[in-house]
Amino acid sequence: MTPILTCEHLTKTYGVFRALDDVSFTIEPGKIVGLLGENGAGKSTLLKILAGMLTKTSGSAQIDGNEPGVLTKSYVSYLPDKSYLQEWMKLSDLFALFSRFFADFDLQKAQGMAKDLGLSEKARLKAMSKGMQEKVHLILTMSRHAKLYLLDEPIGGVDPAARDYILDTILTNFNEDASILISTHMIADVEQILDEAIFLKQGKLILHAPVDELRETHHQSVDALFREVYRS
Amino acid sequence: MRWEFDNTRPVYIQLCEQFTNAIISGVIKPGEKLLSVRDLAKEAGVNPNTMQKALSELERSGLLYTQRTAGRFVTENEEKIKEIKQETARLRVSQFLNEMAQLGIQPQEIEALLAKMKKEES
Repeated sequence: MTPILTCEHLTKTYGVFRALDDVSFTIEPGKIVGLLGENGAGKSTLLKILAGMLTKTSGSAQIDGNEPGVLTKSYVSYLPDKSYLQEWMKLSDLFALFSRFFADFDLQKAQGMAKDLGLSEKARLKAMSKGMQEKVHLILTMSRHAKLYLLDEPIGGVDPAARDYILDTILTNFNEDASILISTHMIADVEQILDEAIFLKQGKLILHAPVDELRETHHQSVDALFREVYRS
Repeated sequence: MRWEFDNTRPVYIQLCEQFTNAIISGVIKPGEKLLSVRDLAKEAGVNPNTMQKALSELERSGLLYTQRTAGRFVTENEEKIKEIKQETARLRVSQFLNEMAQLGIQPQEIEALLAKMKKEES
């Protein structure tokens, strides 16, 4: 199968600091891949480069055959780690914005998800709790029929119920030809839905393997393995 | 079905075990139609690829079969189910015997204990 994402020797430096250091890997269509690493490991940097928000220093990244840029933004759906939406906007404004911006945005799907959550389209972002705002971001991201979803810490500050809802939404809205790259440090919460795990440490890729294979060889959870790898 | 997972073992193996248990204990009946891969994955909270892998494994072992357009079903071959039930029981018993051996308990003592417990129950 042709990979949906190929990174070769991808490197990003800030002066002497190597935020990403010679990272190479591929992701096949239909996979949910966890991008795992402690704070400052380079997770967000990698996602930002893939989303076309940051320029690499060297190496290459190809998403469905194209370098990250204007074209790839039409089929890559990115959920950043910080909100970039205007707080005064209502949900209906956001839906209109996304409909205009992205040809692959499925308005009905987004409306359906908002309804399931009991969110009024008249509600302004400002008036929503943090958990609700995170859900809105996720709805917008997952309502696109993208080829690659880049989710940066989608389960960061939310309660366990919201976390379940978010993971459920990711599972339900993912189609077989698309792939998801999801960064998190809350490994225990996501490892059940992952096909593969990528461990980043100080900008370097130190492991990339199927989750079931890791469990089979190490007889421990990915979470436990992660702690072990980072301690050494 | 209720699903529970132990994080230290491959998810697909645990899915296979839980399906097998449900079939041999009759929670899922012979000939019963299963939900779609996607719906099952959602119910169990696991990745659809993993669910697919588990279902393929169970098809290989003969517990499930696919009818091209109609979907996926539990086998109607009750002999097969009985056979796997026996196999599972045998496996569990041997695990149990191993644990007892580690505790230094001999098979005769286990038999005596079982008899005693049975008497107390009745």
